[in-house]
Amino acid sequence: MMSHEQVQVLPPALSMRSVQKDAAPSPKMLVRNMNFYYGSFRALADINLEFPENQITAIIGPSGCGKSTLLRTLDRMNDLVPHARVEGEILLDGENIYAPNMDVVSVRRRVGMVFQRPNPFPKSIYDNVIYGPRLLGIRDKKVLDEIVEKSLRGSALWDEVKDKLHESGLALSGGQQQRLCIARMIAVEPEVVLMDEPCSALDPVATIKIEDLMRDLRNNYTIIIVTHNMQQAARVSDYTAMMMMRPDRAGEMIEFNKTRQIFTNPQDKRTEDYVTGRFG
Amino acid sequence: MESALSPVRAAQHRARSNYRTRQIVNRVMLALCGLAALIAVIPLVWILGYVVQRGVGALSLDFFTQLPTPVGVPGGGILNAIVGSAIVVGIACAISIPVSLTAAFYVYARPNTLLGTLIRFSTDVLSGVPSIIMGIFAYTVFVLTQGHFSALSGGFALAIIMTPIVLRTTEEMLKLVPKTLRDGSLALGAADWRTALNVLLPAAMSGVITGIMLGIARVAGEAAPMLFTAFGNPFFSTALDQPIATLPHQIYVYAISPYRDWQDKAWATALVLIALVMGLEIIARGVASWQERKLRGR
Repeated sequence: MMSHEQVQVLPPALSMRSVQKDAAPSPKMLVRNMNFYYGSFRALADINLEFPENQITAIIGPSGCGKSTLLRTLDRMNDLVPHARVEGEILLDGENIYAPNMDVVSVRRRVGMVFQRPNPFPKSIYDNVIYGPRLLGIRDKKVLDEIVEKSLRGSALWDEVKDKLHESGLALSGGQQQRLCIARMIAVEPEVVLMDEPCSALDPVATIKIEDLMRDLRNNYTIIIVTHNMQQAARVSDYTAMMMMRPDRAGEMIEFNKTRQIFTNPQDKRTEDYVTGRFG
Repeated sequence: MESALSPVRAAQHRARSNYRTRQIVNRVMLALCGLAALIAVIPLVWILGYVVQRGVGALSLDFFTQLPTPVGVPGGGILNAIVGSAIVVGIACAISIPVSLTAAFYVYARPNTLLGTLIRFSTDVLSGVPSIIMGIFAYTVFVLTQGHFSALSGGFALAIIMTPIVLRTTEEMLKLVPKTLRDGSLALGAADWRTALNVLLPAAMSGVITGIMLGIARVAGEAAPMLFTAFGNPFFSTALDQPIATLPHQIYVYAISPYRDWQDKAWATALVLIALVMGLEIIARGVASWQERKLRGR
């Protein structure tokens, strides 16, 4: 009952990709000459990066190199941090999300985020999923019911919770909670999905489930994932960006390429050292 | 061989032989803590016991359903004061709760702005101001301008006393809500006020209710401001612009009187006041913890 609707949400770029097989897909998001500051401290330096549409891009690098900071600039979550400042441009479909006339709320609806620790609201499973659609003004009970089923199926959680939709989301296990958060996010049908170490609080079984899920979601979404786990980056991502901390403690991007390239034939010595486990 | 023992290992060996001493010291300390806790509870139990002992004799069904009788006339009750207290405290809540909750959200969201700092500072000062001052203030603002005492002015005075309590507790409770919940809501494209209303407030609800209850418990027992505002009324009244009887004021009137019969009634009224506040507290706690259990999934 839901497969038809899912076909409709496929972005047009998917069909284009099959035509031009080897060329990199068009970038969904583009970071151009971006510098990020906490007050006077520069946390990110001269970041240039593109996130190809309907691909999974992993951001890897040692602790403290600014991976999460970079991720949070992509949906303007850093706006909440006092004295945080962004220089340069971040383009979503060619539009600068930091342009003065850009509406933060609509940016965040187009760019969804899954956090490091599962953070379901202290509400029922059902209410968690419809939180976003309700914000969009959807009130029709039938439509909401359909969204709940579709989203929970989409996050591979439906079969486990379909009989207890009105129980608290906090009663679920950690892995289920994280999939609930993914369902909650895809319920608003964003175009880009940001994941900030989504498996770091989960056990291996739950981790595999989330990774499988990411491969499914890739068809409909542009996914950007920050991870400490290099095996995870190698397993799930199509592209990988390698970040490092400069001596002045600002994070910089040192290499971006197809994941296979990064892991088998890195261009930068530091990337090679990192992915082979020699440091980091 | 002994010399190979590091200082830390040597200390561990010594500590092992001191096991019994440590155990005894531990027990003594624990006992001292228990004793301190007991001492802290004694006044509460004592007061409660004493009020019950002195007041329970004058209690009867009539005490809750009748109006006060003149001196020497037996019987009579405090219905007017019970209703009056409910009205005045209700007015205080109606003014104070919306103001303190919204202000608490502001302080939570913008703690370092000029207004945020100002609110926090002034509520701290306000909570230290004696309640009689609030009474005189309400007297000046309301009673003098209107020319008569009123329930409304009483509620206004109590609202000023209640606001800092509710505001600061709410702010503290909001701070305890994990930031990740707020981020989760904002990341879904919720505006600040939506996040506050739909996520932060429900998550902090049981603490907020506790704050409101603390506020109510505090103001329900205020007699001093009532002298200048609600003034008291020997008759039954529910008019907001007229003087009205309240429980603490009634206790005051009865207690300072030279009549034995009225003094007994003062104790009984005090008992009723304590019971009502405690009852309200228990109900609110029950509702809050029931809701909390439902949200947390047991």
